[in-house]
Amino acid sequence: MLTNQSLRTGTKSSAVKKKERRQFITPKTAPYIFVAPAVLLFLGFMVYPILASLLLSFQTKVGGVYTFSGLDNYTRLFSDPLFYKSLGNTFIILLVQVPIMLFLAVVLAVFLNSTLLSMRGFYRVAFFTPAVTSLVAASVIFVLLLNKDYGLINYLLSLLGFDKVGWLTNSTWARVSLIAVTTWRWTGYNMVIILAGLQSIPHSLYEAASIDGASSVRKFFSITIPQLKPVLLFTFILSTIGSFQLFDEPYNLTGGGPNNATLTITYYLYNQGFEYFDFGYASAIAYVIVFFIAVLSWLQFRVVRDDS
Amino acid sequence: MRHKKKLQKILLHTFLLIGVVISLAPFYWMVVGATNPSGDILSFPPKLIPGTYLMENFKGLNESIDIIKALFNSAIIAILFVVISLLICSAAGFAFAKYKFKGNNLIFASFLLAMMVPYQATIIPLFQLFGSLDWINTYRAVLLPQLCYPFAIFLIRQNMRGLPDSLLEAARIDGAGELFIFFKIALPTMKPALAAVGIFLFTFQWNNFMWPLIVMTTQDNYTLPVALSTLAGLNSIDYGQLMLGTSISVIPVMAVFLILQKHFVSGILGGAVKE
Repeated sequence: MLTNQSLRTGTKSSAVKKKERRQFITPKTAPYIFVAPAVLLFLGFMVYPILASLLLSFQTKVGGVYTFSGLDNYTRLFSDPLFYKSLGNTFIILLVQVPIMLFLAVVLAVFLNSTLLSMRGFYRVAFFTPAVTSLVAASVIFVLLLNKDYGLINYLLSLLGFDKVGWLTNSTWARVSLIAVTTWRWTGYNMVIILAGLQSIPHSLYEAASIDGASSVRKFFSITIPQLKPVLLFTFILSTIGSFQLFDEPYNLTGGGPNNATLTITYYLYNQGFEYFDFGYASAIAYVIVFFIAVLSWLQFRVVRDDS
Repeated sequence: MRHKKKLQKILLHTFLLIGVVISLAPFYWMVVGATNPSGDILSFPPKLIPGTYLMENFKGLNESIDIIKALFNSAIIAILFVVISLLICSAAGFAFAKYKFKGNNLIFASFLLAMMVPYQATIIPLFQLFGSLDWINTYRAVLLPQLCYPFAIFLIRQNMRGLPDSLLEAARIDGAGELFIFFKIALPTMKPALAAVGIFLFTFQWNNFMWPLIVMTTQDNYTLPVALSTLAGLNSIDYGQLMLGTSISVIPVMAVFLILQKHFVSGILGGAVKE
């Protein structure tokens, strides 16, 4: 049905344009027509806003009108303690959470890839399940689990004889909680990607190593890790980008508190943009995020290239 | 040797089962919470068995945030998003995989590059744009920005490359038009990949939070995550209602995932890892 209709509209416009009928969509023009909707959306909702955001980051609102103010927003950023705090929080999460999560993901993936293991499908689904829940739902559940007075986690700790911990009300523990919830949500996701990487390593490599008498530890470091490198890089970059975009969890878990201990850079952007409606300043923060993601991705690429 | 292997196996399963409990326990606890009144959830020690308060919680929840409307908004937006986005992304993925044309590599590379740009860099101009078009607080505003989803295009392109050129050539010789080839030959053979990408897009949009939070300004337009978030932010939170609302937001996507998980996982992998 759809095909016929599209063909008919195709012929109508071709009647105006071209001498021959039914020649509007040819093998030559077809690819352009197929990519056109995507390209138009891309230009309108990606390229345009990225550029507009850059322009906006050099403007401030004066009497209700945005006017160019040079580097004002950026100089303001560099003397803004909250900006440094939110950037610092983001880096703490990045440096602590990402390695822990990827380590766990690699361990789980290697285990699930072992031929010794039964019920692999069950484990895979169980570990992946947190990744399909919304971050809001996850945060809401954990707000209660981590509640100081009534939370299940403090109850379990009390059984072991520990004191109640103010998971979401103490600055340090709030960060720990944020890291734990993020790890809970994303480990399985990374595990699945790494698992696929493991399965694409040719068996012959392991067989050859076995013939040469290599131990399984040796095989892991000499075959598995090097072969996994592109996949690990992929998960590293995804996780780095993810850390810089962390918003849903701190917003719903801690509201950025206590004492801004869990205020992430994206949360700060949101506050500036949609609490204070300072679009120029928020755009400058957005470009700081772009800058860090670009630099970190580039670094990660470099590290991998130098090694191989 | 035999014993050593058996011990290894037991240790492995113990380790993995602990992981499973950590992964799944919060869900169990959430469903239990949905069937209990707020007071029981806040008892110490916490109540860990299902109660009988489900209907009361539902009534209360529906009064607090109009859960039916939020469910409806989320469903409409997610379904429209999946259908339109799949059509647009698979057309683009097909073109990138199966045609040689000027700009092919350049356009594809810029799509890939866009995957690296955090979407925060786009939200403020988009908010202004939709404001000037008077589109704030509409489905359109939530739907449009992500319809061209580079990751989906990438996955579909990877899968489309497996489609034999000879098949397309044969169809052309038989006089088939390009649209016919796309809709009747390429798309049907791509069903598993489309299912995978479809679930991916559905979960993405169903769980999407920041952007709907920004553009949906009245309660009757809230999607589920936004509605839940406002419920959790109230001064006097009813935890039974909150847990029920969370369960309602999680269960559909979980069901879709569990039924189609084979496609889902393999589809994401198929594109993500192949070099």
